[in-house]
Amino acid sequence: MRALREALTSLVRRPLLATLSITSIGLSLFIVGLFGLTAHNIARALATVEEKVEIVAYLIDEIGETQLRLVRSEIGAFPEVESVEYVSKTEALYNASRELTEFSDVFPDVDVNPLPASLEIRLQPGHRNPDAVSAVATRLSTYDFVEDVRFGREWVNRIHTLRRIAGGAALVLGGSFALVAMLLVGTAVRMSIHARSTEIGIMENVGATAGFIQRPFLVEGLITGVLGALMALVLTFAAYRVLNGAVLAVLWLPDAWIAAGVILGALLGMLAAGRSVRGELRSLYAI
Amino acid sequence: MIRFRNVTKHYPRSGTALDDVTFRVRKGEFVFLRGPSGAGKTTILRLTHMEIAPTEGEVSVSRYSSTRIRRRDIPQLRRRVGYVFQDFRLLERLTAAENVAFALQVTGAARSVIRPKVKRLLGHVGLASRASAYPSELSGGERQRVAIARALATDPLVLLADEPTGNLDERASFGVCELFRQLNGLGTAVILATHDSTLLRRYSDMRVLELEGGRLVYDSASDEASRPHRPRSTVLPIFELVEATGTSREATLAEGAVDEPLPGEKQTGPGP
Repeated sequence: MRALREALTSLVRRPLLATLSITSIGLSLFIVGLFGLTAHNIARALATVEEKVEIVAYLIDEIGETQLRLVRSEIGAFPEVESVEYVSKTEALYNASRELTEFSDVFPDVDVNPLPASLEIRLQPGHRNPDAVSAVATRLSTYDFVEDVRFGREWVNRIHTLRRIAGGAALVLGGSFALVAMLLVGTAVRMSIHARSTEIGIMENVGATAGFIQRPFLVEGLITGVLGALMALVLTFAAYRVLNGAVLAVLWLPDAWIAAGVILGALLGMLAAGRSVRGELRSLYAI
Repeated sequence: MIRFRNVTKHYPRSGTALDDVTFRVRKGEFVFLRGPSGAGKTTILRLTHMEIAPTEGEVSVSRYSSTRIRRRDIPQLRRRVGYVFQDFRLLERLTAAENVAFALQVTGAARSVIRPKVKRLLGHVGLASRASAYPSELSGGERQRVAIARALATDPLVLLADEPTGNLDERASFGVCELFRQLNGLGTAVILATHDSTLLRRYSDMRVLELEGGRLVYDSASDEASRPHRPRSTVLPIFELVEATGTSREATLAEGAVDEPLPGEKQTGPGP
Protein backbone atom coordinates (compact mmCIF):
# COMPACT_ATOMS: atom_id res chain seq x y z
CA MET A 1 0.00 0.00 0.00
CA ARG A 2 2.82 2.38 0.95
CA ALA A 3 4.72 1.37 -2.18
CA LEU A 4 1.65 2.18 -4.31
CA ARG A 5 1.20 5.53 -2.59
CA GLU A 6 4.89 6.38 -2.98
CA ALA A 7 4.86 5.33 -6.64
CA LEU A 8 1.78 7.43 -7.40
CA THR A 9 3.25 10.39 -5.50
CA SER A 10 6.44 10.03 -7.50
CA LEU A 11 4.50 10.00 -10.79
CA VAL A 12 2.36 12.98 -9.75
CA ARG A 13 5.37 14.92 -8.47
CA ARG A 14 7.08 14.64 -11.85
CA PRO A 15 4.15 14.93 -14.27
CA LEU A 16 6.27 15.74 -17.30
CA LEU A 17 8.56 12.76 -16.82
CA ALA A 18 5.60 10.51 -16.02
CA THR A 19 3.69 11.65 -19.10
CA LEU A 20 6.76 11.19 -21.26
CA SER A 21 7.40 7.64 -20.08
CA ILE A 22 3.73 6.61 -20.23
CA THR A 23 3.43 8.11 -23.74
CA SER A 24 6.63 6.39 -24.83
CA ILE A 25 5.51 2.98 -23.66
CA GLY A 26 2.01 3.76 -24.99
CA LEU A 27 3.28 4.59 -28.48
CA SER A 28 5.63 1.60 -28.51
CA LEU A 29 2.84 -0.74 -27.51
CA PHE A 30 0.52 0.99 -29.99
CA ILE A 31 2.89 -0.12 -32.76
CA VAL A 32 2.77 -3.63 -31.27
CA GLY A 33 -1.04 -3.29 -31.12
CA LEU A 34 -1.28 -2.22 -34.76
CA PHE A 35 0.91 -5.12 -35.73
CA GLY A 36 -1.21 -7.40 -33.60
CA LEU A 37 -4.32 -6.16 -35.39
CA THR A 38 -2.67 -6.84 -38.75
CA ALA A 39 -1.37 -10.23 -37.64
CA HIS A 40 -4.78 -11.21 -36.29
CA ASN A 41 -6.49 -10.31 -39.54
CA ILE A 42 -3.84 -12.10 -41.63
CA ALA A 43 -4.21 -15.14 -39.40
CA ARG A 44 -7.97 -15.10 -39.86
CA ALA A 45 -7.60 -14.77 -43.65
CA LEU A 46 -5.09 -17.61 -43.71
CA ALA A 47 -7.39 -19.78 -41.64
CA THR A 48 -10.17 -19.18 -44.17
CA VAL A 49 -7.87 -20.19 -47.01
CA GLU A 50 -6.55 -23.14 -45.04
CA GLU A 51 -10.08 -24.45 -44.58
CA LYS A 52 -10.05 -25.02 -48.31
CA VAL A 53 -6.96 -27.20 -48.15
CA GLU A 54 -8.08 -30.72 -49.03
CA ILE A 55 -6.52 -33.96 -50.12
CA VAL A 56 -8.07 -35.81 -53.04
CA ALA A 57 -7.45 -39.56 -53.20
CA TYR A 58 -8.38 -40.95 -56.64
CA LEU A 59 -9.74 -44.49 -56.49
CA ILE A 60 -9.36 -47.40 -58.88
CA ASP A 61 -12.53 -48.31 -60.82
CA GLU A 62 -12.60 -51.82 -59.38
CA ILE A 63 -13.32 -50.79 -55.82
CA GLY A 64 -16.46 -52.43 -54.45
CA GLU A 65 -19.26 -50.98 -52.29
CA THR A 66 -18.25 -52.77 -49.11
CA GLN A 67 -14.61 -51.94 -49.55
CA LEU A 68 -15.51 -48.29 -50.10
CA ARG A 69 -17.61 -48.14 -46.94
CA LEU A 70 -14.81 -49.70 -44.92
CA VAL A 71 -12.12 -47.45 -46.27
CA ARG A 72 -14.22 -44.29 -45.73
CA SER A 73 -14.72 -45.12 -42.08
CA GLU A 74 -11.06 -46.08 -41.68
CA ILE A 75 -9.81 -42.80 -43.16
CA GLY A 76 -12.45 -40.85 -41.22
CA ALA A 77 -10.96 -42.29 -38.04
CA PHE A 78 -7.53 -40.71 -38.68
CA PRO A 79 -6.98 -38.16 -35.90
CA GLU A 80 -5.99 -35.48 -38.44
CA VAL A 81 -9.08 -35.96 -40.59
CA GLU A 82 -12.12 -33.72 -40.21
CA SER A 83 -14.32 -35.11 -43.03
CA VAL A 84 -14.27 -37.58 -45.90
CA GLU A 85 -16.50 -36.96 -48.92
CA TYR A 86 -17.01 -39.57 -51.61
CA VAL A 87 -17.28 -38.25 -55.17
CA SER A 88 -18.48 -40.94 -57.58
CA LYS A 89 -17.40 -41.15 -61.22
CA THR A 90 -20.76 -39.70 -62.29
CA GLU A 91 -20.51 -36.80 -59.87
CA ALA A 92 -16.96 -36.16 -61.03
CA LEU A 93 -18.14 -35.91 -64.64
CA TYR A 94 -21.02 -33.66 -63.65
CA ASN A 95 -18.71 -31.39 -61.67
CA ALA A 96 -16.21 -31.26 -64.51
CA SER A 97 -18.88 -30.32 -67.03
CA ARG A 98 -20.02 -27.49 -64.74
CA GLU A 99 -16.59 -26.19 -63.89
CA LEU A 100 -14.94 -26.64 -67.28
CA THR A 101 -17.58 -24.86 -69.39
CA GLU A 102 -15.33 -24.70 -72.49
CA PHE A 103 -15.58 -28.53 -72.72
CA SER A 104 -19.31 -28.68 -71.88
CA ASP A 105 -20.13 -29.78 -75.43
CA VAL A 106 -17.70 -32.70 -75.28
CA PHE A 107 -18.85 -34.33 -72.04
CA PRO A 108 -22.30 -35.56 -73.21
CA ASP A 109 -20.64 -37.32 -76.17
CA VAL A 110 -18.15 -39.47 -74.25
CA ASP A 111 -19.05 -43.15 -74.20
CA VAL A 112 -16.95 -44.09 -71.26
CA ASN A 113 -16.58 -41.83 -68.25
CA PRO A 114 -12.81 -41.30 -68.05
CA LEU A 115 -12.87 -39.59 -64.62
CA PRO A 116 -12.11 -41.67 -61.52
CA ALA A 117 -14.13 -41.70 -58.33
CA SER A 118 -12.39 -39.97 -55.43
CA LEU A 119 -12.37 -39.27 -51.73
CA GLU A 120 -12.09 -35.56 -50.77
CA ILE A 121 -10.51 -35.34 -47.36
CA ARG A 122 -10.49 -32.21 -45.19
CA LEU A 123 -8.16 -31.99 -42.22
CA GLN A 124 -8.75 -30.75 -38.71
CA PRO A 125 -7.51 -27.19 -37.84
CA GLY A 126 -3.94 -27.49 -36.63
CA HIS A 127 -3.25 -30.31 -39.10
CA ARG A 128 -3.34 -28.20 -42.23
CA ASN A 129 0.37 -27.42 -42.30
CA PRO A 130 2.54 -28.87 -45.09
CA ASP A 131 4.05 -31.62 -42.94
CA ALA A 132 0.70 -32.91 -41.67
CA VAL A 133 -0.89 -32.77 -45.11
CA SER A 134 2.06 -34.66 -46.63
CA ALA A 135 1.97 -37.28 -43.91
CA VAL A 136 -1.74 -37.99 -44.44
CA ALA A 137 -1.26 -38.05 -48.23
CA THR A 138 1.59 -40.57 -47.89
CA ARG A 139 -0.56 -42.81 -45.69
CA LEU A 140 -3.41 -42.66 -48.21
CA SER A 141 -1.14 -43.59 -51.11
CA THR A 142 -0.24 -46.87 -49.39
CA TYR A 143 -3.79 -48.18 -49.92
CA ASP A 144 -4.02 -50.56 -52.90
CA PHE A 145 -7.26 -49.10 -54.20
CA VAL A 146 -5.87 -45.54 -54.21
CA GLU A 147 -4.52 -44.75 -57.64
CA ASP A 148 -3.23 -41.26 -56.98
CA VAL A 149 -3.21 -38.59 -54.26
CA ARG A 150 -3.26 -34.81 -54.93
CA PHE A 151 -3.24 -32.03 -52.40
CA GLY A 152 -2.00 -28.76 -53.94
CA ARG A 153 1.40 -28.94 -52.29
CA GLU A 154 2.38 -25.52 -53.68
CA TRP A 155 -0.58 -23.76 -52.09
CA VAL A 156 -0.10 -25.32 -48.73
CA ASN A 157 3.56 -24.33 -48.72
CA ARG A 158 2.84 -20.76 -49.80
CA ILE A 159 0.18 -20.23 -47.17
CA HIS A 160 2.50 -21.42 -44.48
CA THR A 161 5.43 -19.36 -45.70
CA LEU A 162 3.19 -16.29 -45.49
CA ARG A 163 2.15 -17.18 -41.98
CA ARG A 164 5.76 -17.74 -40.90
CA ILE A 165 6.77 -14.36 -42.34
CA ALA A 166 3.89 -12.67 -40.52
CA GLY A 167 4.81 -14.41 -37.26
CA GLY A 168 8.52 -13.63 -37.62
CA ALA A 169 7.88 -9.98 -38.43
CA ALA A 170 5.56 -9.70 -35.43
CA LEU A 171 8.26 -11.17 -33.22
CA VAL A 172 11.06 -8.96 -34.55
CA LEU A 173 9.09 -5.70 -34.75
CA GLY A 174 7.16 -6.30 -31.54
CA GLY A 175 10.37 -7.30 -29.75
CA SER A 176 12.21 -4.22 -31.01
CA PHE A 177 9.50 -1.86 -29.92
CA ALA A 178 9.13 -3.61 -26.60
CA LEU A 179 12.87 -3.17 -26.07
CA VAL A 180 12.62 0.56 -26.85
CA ALA A 181 9.70 0.85 -24.44
CA MET A 182 11.68 -0.95 -21.74
CA LEU A 183 14.64 1.37 -22.19
CA LEU A 184 12.38 4.39 -21.86
CA VAL A 185 10.62 3.13 -18.74
CA GLY A 186 13.98 2.09 -17.29
CA THR A 187 15.34 5.58 -17.88
CA ALA A 188 12.29 7.16 -16.25
CA VAL A 189 12.64 4.93 -13.18
CA ARG A 190 16.37 5.66 -13.07
CA MET A 191 15.57 9.37 -13.05
CA SER A 192 13.06 8.81 -10.25
CA ILE A 193 15.73 7.04 -8.24
CA HIS A 194 18.16 9.92 -8.80
CA ALA A 195 15.50 12.46 -7.91
CA ARG A 196 14.98 10.65 -4.62
CA SER A 197 18.60 9.90 -3.85
CA THR A 198 18.57 12.02 -0.66
CA GLU A 199 15.51 10.18 0.57
CA ILE A 200 17.06 6.83 -0.28
CA GLY A 201 20.25 7.84 1.54
CA ILE A 202 18.26 8.71 4.66
CA MET A 203 16.27 5.47 4.45
CA GLU A 204 19.50 3.51 4.21
CA ASN A 205 20.92 5.54 7.05
CA VAL A 206 18.09 4.83 9.47
CA GLY A 207 17.76 1.15 8.54
CA ALA A 208 14.87 0.73 6.10
CA THR A 209 15.11 -2.69 4.48
CA ALA A 210 16.35 -3.00 0.89
CA GLY A 211 12.95 -4.35 -0.23
CA PHE A 212 11.19 -1.41 1.37
CA ILE A 213 13.43 1.02 -0.50
CA GLN A 214 13.15 -0.77 -3.85
CA ARG A 215 9.43 -1.60 -3.92
CA PRO A 216 8.00 1.86 -4.81
CA PHE A 217 10.22 2.02 -7.90
CA LEU A 218 9.06 -1.41 -9.09
CA VAL A 219 5.45 -0.36 -8.55
CA GLU A 220 6.17 2.87 -10.45
CA GLY A 221 7.39 0.78 -13.40
CA LEU A 222 4.33 -1.43 -13.14
CA ILE A 223 1.92 1.53 -13.13
CA THR A 224 3.76 3.16 -16.05
CA GLY A 225 3.57 -0.09 -18.00
CA VAL A 226 -0.15 -0.61 -17.34
CA LEU A 227 -1.04 3.01 -18.15
CA GLY A 228 1.08 2.81 -21.31
CA ALA A 229 -0.67 -0.42 -22.33
CA LEU A 230 -4.10 1.16 -21.76
CA MET A 231 -3.07 4.16 -23.84
CA ALA A 232 -1.90 1.79 -26.59
CA LEU A 233 -5.23 -0.03 -26.39
CA VAL A 234 -7.18 3.20 -26.89
CA LEU A 235 -4.98 4.21 -29.84
CA THR A 236 -5.25 0.74 -31.43
CA PHE A 237 -9.03 0.81 -31.05
CA ALA A 238 -9.15 4.23 -32.70
CA ALA A 239 -7.03 2.90 -35.58
CA TYR A 240 -9.34 -0.12 -35.89
CA ARG A 241 -12.41 2.12 -36.08
CA VAL A 242 -10.84 4.26 -38.82
CA LEU A 243 -9.65 1.24 -40.85
CA ASN A 244 -12.83 -0.74 -40.39
CA GLY A 245 -15.08 2.07 -41.63
CA ALA A 246 -12.98 3.47 -44.44
CA VAL A 247 -10.80 0.75 -45.93
CA LEU A 248 -12.01 -2.79 -45.44
CA ALA A 249 -13.70 -5.11 -43.01
CA VAL A 250 -11.23 -5.51 -40.16
CA LEU A 251 -11.65 -7.79 -37.17
CA TRP A 252 -11.05 -6.42 -33.64
CA LEU A 253 -8.55 -8.17 -31.40
CA PRO A 254 -9.70 -11.09 -29.25
CA ASP A 255 -10.11 -10.39 -25.51
CA ALA A 256 -7.26 -12.74 -24.65
CA TRP A 257 -4.89 -10.69 -26.81
CA ILE A 258 -6.00 -7.47 -25.10
CA ALA A 259 -5.45 -8.98 -21.67
CA ALA A 260 -2.06 -10.29 -22.83
CA GLY A 261 -1.17 -6.77 -24.07
CA VAL A 262 -1.95 -5.17 -20.71
CA ILE A 263 -0.05 -7.90 -18.87
CA LEU A 264 2.83 -7.43 -21.31
CA GLY A 265 2.84 -3.68 -20.56
CA ALA A 266 2.87 -4.36 -16.82
CA LEU A 267 5.67 -6.90 -17.20
CA LEU A 268 7.72 -4.60 -19.42
CA GLY A 269 7.35 -1.79 -16.88
CA MET A 270 8.29 -4.06 -13.99
CA LEU A 271 11.25 -5.60 -15.79
CA ALA A 272 12.55 -2.22 -16.89
CA ALA A 273 12.14 -0.83 -13.37
CA GLY A 274 13.74 -3.95 -11.88
CA ARG A 275 16.74 -3.54 -14.14
CA SER A 276 17.15 0.11 -13.15
CA VAL A 277 16.67 -0.65 -9.47
CA ARG A 278 19.28 -3.40 -9.65
CA GLY A 279 21.66 -1.07 -11.46
CA GLU A 280 21.15 2.05 -9.37
CA LEU A 281 20.59 0.49 -5.97
CA ARG A 282 23.04 -2.39 -6.19
CA SER A 283 25.22 -0.82 -3.53
CA LEU A 284 22.35 -0.74 -1.05
CA TYR A 285 23.74 -2.14 2.21
CA ALA A 286 26.81 -3.45 0.42
CA ILE A 287 29.93 -3.17 2.54
CA MET B 1 29.54 -2.51 22.84
CA ILE B 2 31.77 -1.17 20.07
CA ARG B 3 35.12 -2.78 19.49
CA PHE B 4 37.79 -2.08 16.91
CA ARG B 5 40.41 -4.83 16.78
CA ASN B 6 43.54 -4.05 14.74
CA VAL B 7 41.43 -2.34 12.13
CA THR B 8 43.06 -1.14 8.94
CA LYS B 9 41.11 0.48 6.15
CA HIS B 10 42.71 0.94 2.80
CA TYR B 11 40.98 2.78 -0.04
CA PRO B 12 42.15 1.81 -3.53
CA ARG B 13 42.57 5.42 -4.65
CA SER B 14 43.35 7.45 -1.57
CA GLY B 15 45.45 4.89 0.28
CA THR B 16 45.39 3.97 3.95
CA ALA B 17 42.70 5.82 5.93
CA LEU B 18 43.08 3.83 9.12
CA ASP B 19 46.10 1.90 10.29
CA ASP B 20 45.92 -0.86 12.90
CA VAL B 21 43.45 0.86 15.20
CA THR B 22 42.23 -0.85 18.35
CA PHE B 23 39.84 0.60 20.92
CA ARG B 24 36.63 -0.13 22.69
CA VAL B 25 33.61 2.02 23.53
CA ARG B 26 31.32 0.85 26.28
CA LYS B 27 27.61 1.34 26.59
CA GLY B 28 26.66 4.86 27.59
CA GLU B 29 30.15 6.30 27.02
CA PHE B 30 30.74 9.71 25.45
CA VAL B 31 33.77 9.74 23.20
CA PHE B 32 35.25 12.53 21.15
CA LEU B 33 37.16 11.58 18.02
CA ARG B 34 39.72 14.29 17.53
CA GLY B 35 42.04 14.92 14.64
CA PRO B 36 42.63 17.01 11.56
CA SER B 37 40.81 16.44 8.28
CA GLY B 38 41.85 13.13 6.74
CA ALA B 39 42.95 11.66 10.08
CA GLY B 40 40.40 8.85 9.82
CA LYS B 41 37.55 10.11 12.02
CA THR B 42 34.83 9.66 9.41
CA THR B 43 36.26 6.27 8.44
CA ILE B 44 35.83 5.11 12.05
CA LEU B 45 32.22 6.31 12.06
CA ARG B 46 31.46 4.67 8.70
CA LEU B 47 33.04 1.42 9.85
CA THR B 48 30.91 1.52 13.00
CA HIS B 49 27.81 2.18 10.89
CA MET B 50 28.94 -0.70 8.62
CA GLU B 51 28.84 1.40 5.49
CA ILE B 52 32.27 0.05 4.69
CA ALA B 53 34.18 -3.03 5.80
CA PRO B 54 37.68 -3.01 7.24
CA THR B 55 40.50 -4.17 4.99
CA GLU B 56 42.02 -5.94 7.98
CA GLY B 57 40.88 -6.52 11.53
CA GLU B 58 37.37 -6.60 12.93
CA VAL B 59 34.73 -4.10 13.94
CA SER B 60 32.06 -5.28 16.37
CA VAL B 61 28.93 -3.34 17.26
CA SER B 62 26.69 -4.95 19.86
CA ARG B 63 26.17 -8.50 18.53
CA TYR B 64 27.15 -7.66 14.96
CA SER B 65 30.64 -8.26 13.61
CA SER B 66 32.05 -6.89 10.36
CA THR B 67 33.46 -10.32 9.54
CA ARG B 68 30.18 -12.19 9.92
CA ILE B 69 27.37 -9.72 9.27
CA ARG B 70 25.01 -10.58 6.42
CA ARG B 71 23.80 -7.89 4.07
CA ARG B 72 20.21 -8.33 5.16
CA ASP B 73 21.17 -7.76 8.82
CA ILE B 74 22.67 -4.34 8.20
CA PRO B 75 19.31 -2.48 8.36
CA GLN B 76 18.79 -3.94 11.84
CA LEU B 77 22.25 -2.73 12.88
CA ARG B 78 21.58 0.74 11.48
CA ARG B 79 18.49 1.02 13.68
CA ARG B 80 20.74 0.52 16.71
CA VAL B 81 23.36 3.01 15.51
CA GLY B 82 22.11 6.55 14.85
CA TYR B 83 24.11 8.80 12.55
CA VAL B 84 24.15 12.59 12.51
CA PHE B 85 25.82 14.49 9.67
CA GLN B 86 27.44 17.87 9.47
CA ASP B 87 25.03 18.92 6.70
CA PHE B 88 21.89 17.70 8.57
CA ARG B 89 20.45 15.86 5.53
CA LEU B 90 16.86 16.81 6.17
CA LEU B 91 14.14 16.51 3.54
CA GLU B 92 13.27 20.08 2.66
CA ARG B 93 9.71 19.28 1.60
CA LEU B 94 8.86 17.82 5.00
CA THR B 95 8.27 19.64 8.28
CA ALA B 96 10.44 19.01 11.32
CA ALA B 97 7.88 16.53 12.67
CA GLU B 98 7.56 14.80 9.28
CA ASN B 99 11.33 14.48 8.99
CA VAL B 100 11.44 12.66 12.32
CA ALA B 101 8.35 10.61 11.45
CA PHE B 102 10.01 9.60 8.17
CA ALA B 103 12.60 7.51 10.02
CA LEU B 104 9.81 5.71 11.85
CA GLN B 105 7.68 5.19 8.76
CA VAL B 106 10.47 3.66 6.71
CA THR B 107 11.45 1.30 9.49
CA GLY B 108 7.91 -0.02 9.72
CA ALA B 109 6.64 1.63 12.92
CA ALA B 110 2.90 1.50 13.48
CA ARG B 111 0.99 4.69 12.75
CA SER B 112 -0.34 4.79 16.31
CA VAL B 113 3.23 4.80 17.62
CA ILE B 114 4.63 7.45 15.28
CA ARG B 115 2.66 10.51 16.37
CA PRO B 116 3.32 10.39 20.11
CA LYS B 117 6.93 9.33 19.57
CA VAL B 118 7.67 12.21 17.21
CA LYS B 119 6.16 14.61 19.73
CA ARG B 120 8.30 13.15 22.49
CA LEU B 121 11.49 13.21 20.40
CA LEU B 122 10.98 16.82 19.34
CA GLY B 123 10.38 17.61 23.00
CA HIS B 124 13.68 15.91 23.89
CA VAL B 125 15.61 18.10 21.49
CA GLY B 126 13.80 21.29 22.51
CA LEU B 127 11.77 21.76 19.36
CA ALA B 128 8.24 20.93 20.48
CA SER B 129 7.03 24.35 19.36
CA ARG B 130 8.74 24.09 15.94
CA ALA B 131 7.20 20.78 14.86
CA SER B 132 5.39 22.21 11.86
CA ALA B 133 8.29 24.36 10.62
CA TYR B 134 10.07 23.41 7.41
CA PRO B 135 13.88 23.07 7.45
CA SER B 136 14.20 26.34 5.52
CA GLU B 137 12.43 28.09 8.38
CA LEU B 138 14.79 26.71 11.02
CA SER B 139 18.19 27.93 12.17
CA GLY B 140 21.26 25.72 11.70
CA GLY B 141 21.19 24.63 15.33
CA GLU B 142 17.50 23.79 15.10
CA ARG B 143 18.03 21.78 11.93
CA GLN B 144 20.73 19.77 13.60
CA ARG B 145 18.38 19.10 16.51
CA VAL B 146 15.77 17.77 14.07
CA ALA B 147 18.46 15.53 12.58
CA ILE B 148 19.36 14.31 16.06
CA ALA B 149 15.70 13.63 16.86
CA ARG B 150 15.48 11.63 13.63
CA ALA B 151 18.60 9.66 14.53
CA LEU B 152 17.02 8.87 17.90
CA ALA B 153 13.76 7.66 16.36
CA THR B 154 14.83 4.02 16.18
CA ASP B 155 16.06 4.01 19.81
CA PRO B 156 19.74 3.55 18.98
CA LEU B 157 22.31 2.30 21.46
CA VAL B 158 24.84 4.75 20.13
CA LEU B 159 24.76 8.05 18.26
CA LEU B 160 27.54 8.72 15.76
CA ALA B 161 28.02 12.38 14.93
CA ASP B 162 30.32 13.46 12.13
CA GLU B 163 31.34 17.08 12.69
CA PRO B 164 27.79 17.90 13.83
CA THR B 165 28.78 21.46 14.72
CA GLY B 166 30.77 22.10 11.55
CA ASN B 167 28.07 24.32 10.04
CA LEU B 168 27.06 26.05 13.26
CA ASP B 169 28.17 29.15 15.12
CA GLU B 170 29.73 28.82 18.55
CA ARG B 171 26.55 29.23 20.54
CA ALA B 172 24.59 26.77 18.40
CA SER B 173 27.53 24.34 18.52
CA PHE B 174 27.54 24.45 22.24
CA GLY B 175 23.77 23.93 22.38
CA VAL B 176 24.01 20.87 20.11
CA CYS B 177 26.89 19.40 22.13
CA GLU B 178 24.98 19.94 25.32
CA LEU B 179 22.08 18.07 23.75
CA PHE B 180 24.40 15.15 22.96
CA ARG B 181 25.64 15.25 26.53
CA GLN B 182 22.11 15.22 27.92
CA LEU B 183 21.13 12.32 25.64
CA ASN B 184 24.24 10.52 26.79
CA GLY B 185 23.08 11.13 30.34
CA LEU B 186 19.92 9.23 29.45
CA GLY B 187 21.98 6.20 28.43
CA THR B 188 22.77 6.60 24.74
CA ALA B 189 26.46 6.27 23.90
CA VAL B 190 27.84 9.08 21.75
CA ILE B 191 30.84 9.13 19.44
CA LEU B 192 31.36 12.63 18.19
CA ALA B 193 33.98 13.39 15.54
CA THR B 194 35.28 16.95 15.57
CA HIS B 195 38.34 19.05 15.00
CA ASP B 196 36.84 22.00 16.86
CA SER B 197 39.41 22.71 19.59
CA THR B 198 37.13 25.17 21.41
CA LEU B 199 34.54 22.45 21.79
CA LEU B 200 37.11 19.94 22.96
CA ARG B 201 38.43 22.34 25.57
CA ARG B 202 34.93 22.86 26.91
CA TYR B 203 34.38 19.12 27.28
CA SER B 204 37.82 18.20 28.45
CA ASP B 205 36.42 15.78 31.02
CA MET B 206 35.14 13.50 28.26
CA ARG B 207 37.07 10.62 26.76
CA VAL B 208 39.08 11.61 23.69
CA LEU B 209 40.48 9.39 20.95
CA GLU B 210 43.01 11.29 18.91
CA LEU B 211 43.80 10.27 15.35
CA GLU B 212 46.66 11.34 13.17
CA GLY B 213 47.27 10.07 9.67
CA GLY B 214 44.99 7.09 10.26
CA ARG B 215 46.68 5.99 13.49
CA LEU B 216 45.21 6.20 16.96
CA VAL B 217 47.82 8.27 18.75
CA TYR B 218 46.05 9.05 22.01
CA ASP B 219 43.25 7.60 24.11
CA SER B 220 42.50 9.65 27.18
CA ALA B 221 41.00 6.62 28.89
CA SER B 222 44.17 4.54 28.76
CA ASP B 223 46.77 7.30 28.53
CA GLU B 224 45.55 9.30 31.50
CA ALA B 225 48.92 9.17 33.23
CA SER B 226 50.82 10.48 30.28
CA ARG B 227 48.08 12.94 29.35
CA PRO B 228 49.28 16.52 28.94
CA HIS B 229 47.66 19.09 31.23
CA ARG B 230 44.26 20.13 30.00
CA PRO B 231 41.82 22.60 31.57
CA ARG B 232 38.80 21.06 33.26
CA SER B 233 35.34 21.33 31.78
CA THR B 234 33.93 24.77 31.30
CA VAL B 235 30.46 23.48 30.46
CA LEU B 236 27.72 25.89 31.45
CA PRO B 237 24.16 24.63 31.94
CA ILE B 238 22.61 26.90 29.33
CA PHE B 239 20.58 24.21 27.62
CA GLU B 240 17.69 22.59 29.28
CA LEU B 241 16.01 19.44 28.08
CA VAL B 242 12.33 20.00 27.70
CA GLU B 243 11.61 16.48 28.80
CA ALA B 244 14.62 15.20 30.70
CA THR B 245 13.31 11.90 31.90
CA GLY B 246 15.20 8.94 33.32
CA THR B 247 18.24 8.85 35.54
CA SER B 248 21.88 8.97 34.64
CA ARG B 249 23.47 5.64 33.86
CA GLU B 250 26.94 7.05 34.37
CA ALA B 251 27.43 5.17 37.62
CA THR B 252 26.98 1.84 35.86
CA LEU B 253 29.12 2.83 32.93
CA ALA B 254 32.36 3.37 34.78
CA GLU B 255 35.60 2.01 33.39
CA GLY B 256 35.53 -1.79 33.40
CA ALA B 257 31.78 -2.14 33.61
CA VAL B 258 30.46 -5.18 31.83
CA ASP B 259 28.31 -4.58 28.75
CA GLU B 260 24.73 -5.13 29.67
CA PRO B 261 21.64 -4.94 27.54
CA LEU B 262 19.50 -1.85 27.62
CA PRO B 263 15.85 -2.43 28.40
CA GLY B 264 14.27 -4.06 25.38
CA GLU B 265 17.56 -5.05 23.79
CA LYS B 266 17.91 -8.73 23.01
CA GLN B 267 21.32 -10.28 23.42
CA THR B 268 21.08 -13.06 20.92
CA GLY B 269 23.53 -14.35 18.38
CA PRO B 270 27.29 -14.08 18.45
CA GLY B 271 28.59 -11.37 20.69
CA PRO B 272 31.31 -8.90 19.75
